[in-house]
Amino acid sequence: MTLFIEQCLNGLQFGLLLFMLAAGLTLVFGIMDLVNLAHGSLYMLGAYFAATFAAFTGSFILGAVLALAATLLVGMAVEVIALRRLYGRDHLDHVLGTFGLILFFDEAVRLIWGPEGLSLPLPSWLNASIQVLPGVQYSAYRFSIIVVTLFVAAGLYILVMRTRVGMLIRAGASNREMVGALGVNIKLLYTLVFGLGAALAGLAGLMQAPILTVQIGMGENILILAFVITVIGGIGSVRGALVAALLVGFIDTLGRSYLPDILRELLSPAAASTLAPALSSMLIYLLMAIVLIFKPEGLFAAGRK
Amino acid sequence: MMPALTLRNIVVGALMVALILLPVYAQLADDRFLMTLFTRIIILALAAVSLNLILGFGGMMSFGHAAYLGIGGYAVGMLAKEGIMNGFIQWPVALGASALFALIVGALSLRTRGVYFIMITLAFAQMAYYVVSGIARYGGDDGLTIYKRSQFFEPLNLSNKTQFYYLCLAILFGAIYLVRRLVNSRFGMVIQGARSNDVRMRAIGFSPYRYKLVAFVIAGTLCGLAGALLANHTDFVSPSVMYWTRSGDLIIMVVLGGMGTVIGPVIGAVTLLVLEEVLSGITEYWQIILGPLLLLVVLFARGGIDGLLTQLGERLRRGRPS
Amino acid sequence: MRKTILAAGAAILLAAQPALAQQKSIKIGFVSTFSGPTASIGNDMRNSFELALDHMGRKMGGLPVEVIYEDDTQKPEVGKQKTQKLIESDKVDFIAGYIWSNVLLASLKPIVDSKTFLVIANAGPSQVAGELCSPTVFSTSWQNDQTPQAMGLYMNSKGVKSVYLIGPNYAAGKDMLAGVASTFKGKVVGQELTTWPTQLDFSAELAKAKAAKPDAIFVFYPGKAGVQFLAQYAQAGLKGTIPLYTAFTIDETTLPLQKDLALGVPGAQEWVNDLPNAENKKFVADYRKKYPGHRPSFYGAQSYDAANLIASAVNALKGNVSDKAKVEAELKKANFKSVRGNFKFGNNHMPIQNFYLQDVVKDGDEFALKTVATIVKDNQDSFHSKCPMK
Repeated sequence: MTLFIEQCLNGLQFGLLLFMLAAGLTLVFGIMDLVNLAHGSLYMLGAYFAATFAAFTGSFILGAVLALAATLLVGMAVEVIALRRLYGRDHLDHVLGTFGLILFFDEAVRLIWGPEGLSLPLPSWLNASIQVLPGVQYSAYRFSIIVVTLFVAAGLYILVMRTRVGMLIRAGASNREMVGALGVNIKLLYTLVFGLGAALAGLAGLMQAPILTVQIGMGENILILAFVITVIGGIGSVRGALVAALLVGFIDTLGRSYLPDILRELLSPAAASTLAPALSSMLIYLLMAIVLIFKPEGLFAAGRK
Repeated sequence: MMPALTLRNIVVGALMVALILLPVYAQLADDRFLMTLFTRIIILALAAVSLNLILGFGGMMSFGHAAYLGIGGYAVGMLAKEGIMNGFIQWPVALGASALFALIVGALSLRTRGVYFIMITLAFAQMAYYVVSGIARYGGDDGLTIYKRSQFFEPLNLSNKTQFYYLCLAILFGAIYLVRRLVNSRFGMVIQGARSNDVRMRAIGFSPYRYKLVAFVIAGTLCGLAGALLANHTDFVSPSVMYWTRSGDLIIMVVLGGMGTVIGPVIGAVTLLVLEEVLSGITEYWQIILGPLLLLVVLFARGGIDGLLTQLGERLRRGRPS
Repeated sequence: MRKTILAAGAAILLAAQPALAQQKSIKIGFVSTFSGPTASIGNDMRNSFELALDHMGRKMGGLPVEVIYEDDTQKPEVGKQKTQKLIESDKVDFIAGYIWSNVLLASLKPIVDSKTFLVIANAGPSQVAGELCSPTVFSTSWQNDQTPQAMGLYMNSKGVKSVYLIGPNYAAGKDMLAGVASTFKGKVVGQELTTWPTQLDFSAELAKAKAAKPDAIFVFYPGKAGVQFLAQYAQAGLKGTIPLYTAFTIDETTLPLQKDLALGVPGAQEWVNDLPNAENKKFVADYRKKYPGHRPSFYGAQSYDAANLIASAVNALKGNVSDKAKVEAELKKANFKSVRGNFKFGNNHMPIQNFYLQDVVKDGDEFALKTVATIVKDNQDSFHSKCPMK
């Protein structure tokens, strides 16, 4: 039972982290109708900035805050310089153009930080385990990720549902022309939304950095997962992204932990060990295919044709 | 009808002649690697040509086209591993499996459109990727070495570099001819009509869904053939051949060369892969050049290189007093 | 027109001529990983190979040595392409390197088919020691199973009764876990293979290992993955409760990042930097002088040996490497002074050698590895009987 609780916590942590990445993606996708493959690059930049600033200032927290600001700025700069020109174009053009950006960012990072990648060591008070429930020891750092992402998710909810900017964002996701007609400075709104998405991606990246390594191309694998979540949840729907992110997080973690044991009953241990991780990764795509076959616009379509 | 002597046609003709004469040069220069490189380029050009049929002419943006490269390749690899080397069994299985997969994916995906179509084709390709990474018997993630190439009748010997090169080139030319015929047929008109206006096609009594599905299956099968060739070429097949980044590479070849012209993808494949080879020889940071270059092509040269050549040719002709 | 074509053809033919003429240099291709999170391993191998060349005046058999380094990016298909390029385009006399078993297995066919000499400086998949052994393929490292086998023996001696095995799901990971299970006498209570190299979050696996309550955990994670594993092992609260035993998880390329997380975690290895022989002292001292701030790892030691093995054969043949049978015979003698003390080749061209227990110690502000004991002497891999060569 403790094992199950712990695995659920792991799933929750992974799901919430994916949500940070998917929330920005779904907003940009929903409001600007832009397929942004370079979102993963911002995730990578967040991690690189955090590792650099943490080493420079000697403080993990300070490094993280500086990294967030830096990612936000880079995101807005990218929007103003390049992506703004892609609005209203074909999705195919978006995919290609932002793919070009991925190559550019990967190589720029290689030029600046070298090919080996960095590491972001945790302060010792996070490098331990704490008791989260009676009898359940859990990694203090992973628990803090859960707490931070829950706060950010709540903040995002308030921003989108309770503020004027949020109203424009929601309006933009369901009817873009209308917002423009209302005389809102749409260019500025777009830049701000993109910056917000970038900062969220950067946050995901810097929180993953101590668990994974900080390396070139780290955003590419997780980017596809974020896209899957965006599509399952319905493009433009932050709520859908949250539900889908948690679904994916739980499927991935529980699949990895329980599938090998189930398969071992049926197959040789070697065959089961190879099949299990592949199968749990596959389940996510299966989920997406099934959702799209029955609900072609995702679980929570934002009401836009 | 003789093709007009435009700049674009001259370049295309020169490219074809260069491909035909390449083995002669490689022999003279004693550079076997040049043959290896160009065989690979030709095979990937074949894959790009097949993708172009649905992407360029049909407007179906499949983000999972590399799946067929893997299916064709694994059909050859798995049969070889089980001791069946006969190409007359291996290749039909490769084509059949690709066609079947395309039929299933197409039937389910073509109900969605836009970005959802992109994602659902991606989903199926990723599933195929994880299936083969999960089978320990065929190497899992590590891939599968093919110790013997497909066996056909004497004197055709796929292990002979020159023979294999010309076989691949002949298949590429055949595929170009096939796509050309298809596109200019009534079938091709419906496909292209459906791209620009689905509703109208239905109104005049065509069901675009069926036509699109047939095109999707043809494209998948052709790409499966490229996969069988690729597996024979590298003597190795691994799941990474069907990873989503490889599907992205194929799309880039098509768009770079020029969507919706039959030859465009070939130009794109040759340009991209030669550029990759040359640039990576010059600087380790070659992608920093390629990335913005792609962005520029998207922003300013919408017809790809093929379109650029046509425009350039017209400008030259207009500049000259006739 | 025709005349110019003929002239051009003749010129190309002439230009192609020197390739056939007398050998002017010894060309070596070196395939390793020089980008991505495991680039530090490749760099250590390159540094050590370069140091070996410096030590021999960059000449073998009186001929200058030319080395072409190729980056396999840790991907089997890329490694294979690079290998093919080295053979067909650069026409190298020897190929050396290879960190990863799966990259090596993918690259093996063109090497064997072209009868190019290969000196493996790390990877040791069981197939290459067994049924895929080849007259032109040699190794200065080990067969994958050997090191964990030694670890299994050590765990027996420590009275460990049950173990949980965790490793990456690729050719070497499977060999390693099989290796430890073959000599460990207690019970293997569980086994986890993780997706390689993309999965670096081991939370689900560590939770399972913790719940199984074993006496010990055995783990194999080379490169940065080892850094991540040790950190997550500590974060999960396992450090101090379930002891960890390792193979190829703690070395000089990872230690600067693992720091005190690695203290008290034993590992098995065929080479440790403090082995008391003159060659080794020179290697370690000169390495630290040439590359300040760095210490050589076992990857480097094996690469240093690979360069010296090649040199021993080329020197004996005075630079004439055209007769493959003679080169093979010379390589097989292993007639050079290895930094691990001398070793000899088995019938399958794999070393027969000692394995040591290593431990992490604090050396001033830095961390270093030291030899604690010899676990096995003159150990030969268990696949050599499957190799048809005698």
